[in-house]
Parts: sequence; structure tokens; C-alpha cells
Amino acid sequence: MATSTLGGLRLACADVAEATASDTVDGVAARWVAWPRSTEEVSAVLRAAAGLGLRVVARGTGTRLAWGLPPKGLDLIVDLSRMDAVLAHTAGDLVVSVQAGVRMVDVQDALAAHRQRLALDGADTLGGTVGGTIATAASGPLRYRYGSVRDLLIGITVVLADGTIAHAGGTVVKNVAGYDLCKIYAGSLGTLGVITEAVWRLHPLPESRRWITATTPDPSGAAVAIAAVRASQHDPTALEIQRAAPGDAVTVGVAVEGVTGGIDARAQAVADLLGAAAGVAVAVAEHPPGWWGQPLPAPQATVTCEPTGLADLLTNGPGSLCGSAGAGVLACGLHDDDRLGTDLARLRDIAQRHGGNAVLRSAAPHRKAGLDVWGPVRALTLMRRLKDQFDPDHRLAPGRFVGGI
Amino acid sequence: MTYRGAKLAVLAAELSAVVGPDGVIADRQRLRTYECDGLAQYRVVPGLVVLPESAEQVVAVVRACAALGVAFVARGSGTGLSGGALPHAEGVLIVTSRMRRILEVDPANERAIVEPGVINLDVTKAAEPYGWYFAPDPSSQQVCSVGGNVAENSGGAHCLKYGFTTHHVLGVEVVTPEGELVWLGGTTRDVAGYDLLGAFIGSEGTLGIATKIVVRLMRTPESVRCLLAAFPGVDEAGAAVSAIIADGVTPAAIEMMDALAIEAAEAAVACGYPEGAGAVLIVELDGPAAEVEHTFAAVRQHCTAAGAFEIRVARDADERARFWKGRKSAFAAVGRISPDYIVQDGVIPRTVLPDVLRRITELSAGTGVRVANVFHAGDGNLHPLVLFDEAKPGEAQAAEQLSGAILDLCISYGGSITGEHGVGIDKACHMPRMFTTDDLDVMQRLRRAFDPAGICNPGKVFPTPRLCGEVPGKRKGVHPLQAAGLAEQF
Repeated sequence: MATSTLGGLRLACADVAEATASDTVDGVAARWVAWPRSTEEVSAVLRAAAGLGLRVVARGTGTRLAWGLPPKGLDLIVDLSRMDAVLAHTAGDLVVSVQAGVRMVDVQDALAAHRQRLALDGADTLGGTVGGTIATAASGPLRYRYGSVRDLLIGITVVLADGTIAHAGGTVVKNVAGYDLCKIYAGSLGTLGVITEAVWRLHPLPESRRWITATTPDPSGAAVAIAAVRASQHDPTALEIQRAAPGDAVTVGVAVEGVTGGIDARAQAVADLLGAAAGVAVAVAEHPPGWWGQPLPAPQATVTCEPTGLADLLTNGPGSLCGSAGAGVLACGLHDDDRLGTDLARLRDIAQRHGGNAVLRSAAPHRKAGLDVWGPVRALTLMRRLKDQFDPDHRLAPGRFVGGI
Repeated sequence: MTYRGAKLAVLAAELSAVVGPDGVIADRQRLRTYECDGLAQYRVVPGLVVLPESAEQVVAVVRACAALGVAFVARGSGTGLSGGALPHAEGVLIVTSRMRRILEVDPANERAIVEPGVINLDVTKAAEPYGWYFAPDPSSQQVCSVGGNVAENSGGAHCLKYGFTTHHVLGVEVVTPEGELVWLGGTTRDVAGYDLLGAFIGSEGTLGIATKIVVRLMRTPESVRCLLAAFPGVDEAGAAVSAIIADGVTPAAIEMMDALAIEAAEAAVACGYPEGAGAVLIVELDGPAAEVEHTFAAVRQHCTAAGAFEIRVARDADERARFWKGRKSAFAAVGRISPDYIVQDGVIPRTVLPDVLRRITELSAGTGVRVANVFHAGDGNLHPLVLFDEAKPGEAQAAEQLSGAILDLCISYGGSITGEHGVGIDKACHMPRMFTTDDLDVMQRLRRAFDPAGICNPGKVFPTPRLCGEVPGKRKGVHPLQAAGLAEQF
């Protein structure tokens, strides 16, 4: 059986091999790995996998394969690392087309040569691939000003479970032709298809940047300072907080970016505002603080809340907290022991008081077992139907997503 | 009475019980009021019009339609420019004009919650006293509804910097085509599960009806600077746009008009643009004063270096409004120089703008059909106005052909058939030129997940053999709202 399966897959893709011990997804071992080199080859592999009834997970650098739940079963990993080309970058159009397997850091390097960037940052994001970034909707501090994957992705090519190749969006920023399928792939954890190409909207790299930080022992004071910056007209690019543990001091970090001529005046205005609101000393620097955009170790949750819920979260939230207070999306580092479930529940409680939720992102598989990783999910019926339409046999990353999808 | 007619009669009685007798319109003469949206050449008298006042009533109306398998179409203010709200002759038109409550304005949480019939500009008016505003600003914003903005993913002149409706909506309460009330998104970002909110926004009313909308509010910028630059021709103006973008400046808006468009605007509103201009640019910057001051100086320099022979800087809000007046009136203004016209909405990569404009000029010269060009130069969204006289034999057809050729041109340069007006019924037949059969089939899978029975705004967005085999309807002058001065086309 195994040999014939391998043979079948080899007809579809030149590079297929039996899986090794390291070819696992969140603790679940795969049996085969394929390394396609084009969208057409991905399509052939998925058509073959459909014929063989194989369960498939797509993989980039594997940075965030532990997000979500372990797959209910896994036969084939489709590894996108050989689809790592930047396909087209027309600087004057502020648009780049890339293959899904290219690393984000390589995309940024290519763009930086033209004084441009894809406004998705964070060490975690940069280490992953384009496909992984889309599938996990990963984001960093820049999301406060520029949004996340959903806001920057303007075109996508995917291969569905049955091998169908589909495009949506296009290569121009302004485009309302057809359904925006880019959106449903952002954060879908590989459950709706294998992403093979992406087109992104770009932004110019700023001439100058400044980071303004203030550390206060009073979490409410930090929340007041954040609110003051939000309500100001200084137009910061990022608005972050960091707190190592409950009861510890909270650091508020603000990034301003722009032309060199205006940057110091703007940084000073933010510093004055932060100082007055938090009543503490403020530092202005030309480099970000060490914690800026750094991922937290597992187990960690993503917690969301409305702006006015921040004080409650900073005062009562468990674990370590770090992330975009401006966007209301933070990472929360939790204890890697029996307290995980209780702390997650507490965190979720606080978030829900303020319109948000807490989703356990990464944790060892045995810790996730038995926990409600996702919290309440609205419109789950529609989501299940969407899955049924795109992957009727539930062979793509089965069980990794909300509601057992 | 036909079988379908009987169904509508049953529905009319049922729905009267739901929304009250004055909320149901069945009278043929009154139904005619709703026969078209902002694209007046397509006209269909709806089978029935219902005016619900609440989400619960919308649920009841949709359930009644679903139970009988009757198609329904949602309509806000009816200002759409692609026939997206064109009624169904044997279906129900659900009009949201009685759902106009602003339920909440919450500056501390940077949001407002509104009903779908609320007028776009009214959101900003409600938020302005606190120093906030709703960013999407289609030029119909004095009359268009937020529900319509959600359906069309509306943009506006300032979407170059601030994005479209999809970037400014956090959540929607939706009545699904089966009559279920669900929330997509919410009051925070990164809501768990698929981003169905993102799929819903811009789905042109085919996935359900929004009954509550959580919109993001933006802080009003500290400084707004606006200039008007006159150039000998579109090549020079285009070069200025390229230089500004290449310099890393993201203006709030960059708009361009060519000589014919300027001529029309002068005739209509006497906007007093510099004489002899072959093209004008309106460039607007906003943000912190310390930033804008420097970038504005750079923009002026780029315009001069590219060959601007006159640059006017708005000294105050009034002067800024005068700069915009010519641009905003451009669509209606071509009525002064041509009895009839077609507005296109194609998009091209901005860098091929000079090539595409040259090709349009060649097409125009080759056919004798005049084209006035008005466009969002910053993002390559063209609005060529193809001029013709319906009364002269063959002109309408020639204009139609040229208009189609311009869309082909946009597609051949890697662009799109619509930047902001939507596909609706008008461009459904052009979709296969931009997407493969598989692409369209996969989009239909999304549609089926929401609307398995296919009763929610059927016949829009996707090509159908019936639709695409037919000759488009004839243009019959301006829309009543436009004639009354209530709406502008942009």
C-alpha cells in the first residue's frame, strides 16, 4: 500500500519521499512529504492525494505549525519551501507578487533595496514563509497603523483539496471584482486549500523612526497613557505594551515614522503626552526596545479586547502580556503546567467582558488536549458549510481549526 | 394570476403582518420608484417592496421569502453604479431606508454601531464633535447608506491612504439568506474562525443583508493640505504622480482630470481651474503637521519639476472645497458637453498609466468617440467617460464597444474591471475575462455556503447565459437622485 501510494504521488510530483521523524505537525507524524515547485505541481499532488484519500497539511518553515490543534490525521505534508521566488515587484506600483514558500525576511530584503516594505513585522512573522504568514494571520507592531494580513493581501492563488487552482483578487490595490477570497484564507490554518502565490500591497519605508517608551508600576496609568496616544493626532505607527508578569511594571512603547525633518518634533510630542498621562519618565530612542515584536514562548494565547478593556486586562490578566495594545490584539504567555487551563479561562473571562476572546495559540499537544482552545466562535454553522464546500472530505488539516474543522 | 404572482400576493399579506401595511408596497406605480439604482439604464420593476424597521423584521421577511423560494434583493439608498441593487421582477426588494438609527457612538472605543440605512456622512457628523470620523468617503456620501458601502466595499477619493470599507468595519450583524441572524466579526479585531466578515464586505448583497454595522472611527488629522497643479498634458501630470509615489509619499488623495474633463467641469460649475491646462492634479496630504509640512513641500517640488505651469495651494477649507468641486462634479458635468455618456471604472497598475492613456486616445481617435478622463491617479483607478449621442444612429453602439475595449485594455495590463463601482449586473459578463471558470466556480462555492438556495440577489456578480446573451439596456438619462442634486457620481 505504502509503495503504491508513493508511486502515485511520484507521478504527480518529482520530489516525494517517505516522511522522517521530524516530519510532524503538532506531534502528529506524517507518512510522506512532497516538495512541489509550481502551482500546477501542487494541483497535481492534491489531485493525487484526493484519489488516494490522503490527509494533507501544507508546510512552510514550520514556525507556527503548532498553532491551532493537532490534525486528526496526517498522511502527506506538502512542503512549499521550493516555491520561494519573488515573482514580480514593480516598485512604482507598490505591489509584489511572491510564491508562498518564500521567507518573509527574504521578501523584506528584496523590497528594502527599493525603500519599500510589506507592513507585516514581528520576529515570528519574519522567520516564517508567506504562506504560513497568511495561514496564521500572523502580525506584529505595525498592525496598529497598517492592519494585518487581511488588510494587505490583494491577490491569492490557492489549490483546493480536489486540485482545483483558483485565483482571487488581482495585482492592483483597488479592485472589487468578485469575492475577496483572500480574506477567508487569512488565518485559516491550511483548512481551505494550499496557498501557492500571494500578491501584497506595499508601503514606502519611512525615512526616520523613533521609539518612545514609558514604564509605569500602575497598569491603569499605562492604559490611560495608551488611550491618550490613541486620541491624539500624532499618528503613531505602532502602540505596544509589555508586562513580564502580573503585578510587574507595564511598559508602553510607541513608534512614530516619517520624514526626517518632522520626526523629532513628533517623537517629542508623543513623549510629552505619555509622560503627562502616565506621570513617569519617558525615553526616546532611535532603536526599538529589546522586547519589540518578539514572540512569547509556548504556551501562549492571543487575547483581544476593546480599547476600554485594556486597564482591566493589564490589571487582572494572568501571565506575561505583550503586543499591540493599539489594535487590541496581544499575546499572553501562560504557565506550562496544570495552571494553563485555569489561566486561559481567566484570561478569556476578562477578554469577554470587553468584547474580545482568548485563543490558545501554541502549547504542547498534551496541554491542549481537553482544553477549549478557541473559546466561543460565532457563525460556526457558516464556517462548517464553507469547509464542506472547499474541502468536502475534510482532508486538509482536519481538526486543526475552530469547531473541529 | 401566475403561480409566481400568487406567491407574491401571499407574501404581501404575510409581510404586511410583519412590517405593517405601510411597510409593504405592491402598487405598480409606486413600485416603479424602485426600478433602478444609480445605473439608470438597467430597469426592472420589483415584484414587491418591503421596508423593514428592525433586524427582527428583516429576519421575518427573509424567512418568508426563503419558505416560498422567492428571490430578494437588498437596497440602501440606491446610489450604486453597477446595478447591484437592480430589483428582481418576481422577487422582493428589501429597502433599508427605515433602518436609519445610529445606535452608538463610542469615541473611547473608536467605533460607532449603525443600522444599514444610515447615511455615510451622518456617521462622520455624529462622530465629528468628538474629533473622529468615518473614513470611507464615496462622493455619494451625502446620500449613500453604510449598508450599501458594506455591500460594495466602497472606497472614495481618500482610499489611497486609508483603504476601503473593509478596512473600516469591525463587525456586521447579518441576516443570512436562510433567515438566520448571525454576527460576522465583532467589536474587536482577529475574531476566531474564518474571516467571513471580510468575505461578506464587497459581496454585493449576494451573501445576506447587514442589519447592524460596527464601524471603526478614525481620529481627524491635525493638518490637511491641498494643492491644485496645472500641467500642459497628462504625460507631465502622470510623471508628477510617479515622482511623488517614488519619493515615498502616501498622499491622502491624488486625482487627475484631462482637458476634456476640465472643459466639462468649467462649463458645469465654473471651477476656475488654470487656463490652458491639458491636465490638472489635485493632491491632498493629511496627518501630523510636522510631517505634512515637509511632505507637502516635496510634493510641490515634484509637480514643478514635472512641468506644472501653475500650482495653487488651498489657503482654507473653502478653497480646498473649490478645488474639489470641479473634480467631484466631473461625471455630471460631461452632460454639458455630451447628451449621453458611459462611466467606466477600470483599474490599471499605476506605472502603465501613460501607456494606457495613449492607447485610449488612439482608440478614441480611431473611432471618433470622445473620451473624457477623470481618475484616482494614485491607485490607477480610471473613470473614462465615453461620450455619445443616443439620437445619432450607431453612436451608442460605438460608445459601448469603446467602453468594452477600455476594460479589455485594463485587463491586458494586469488590472481590474472595477475598482469601486462593483460588478453588479453591469459587468457580470466581463468577469470571465478576468477570472477562469475555476476561479468563478470557487467563488460560487463561497456563495453556496451562505445561500444554498440561490435566492439572495441572484443574477449579480457572476455571468449567466441569459444575462450575457442579452444586449444591455439603453441609457435613459440621469438618475432621479442626481437630477435632484442629491447625489453625484464619482
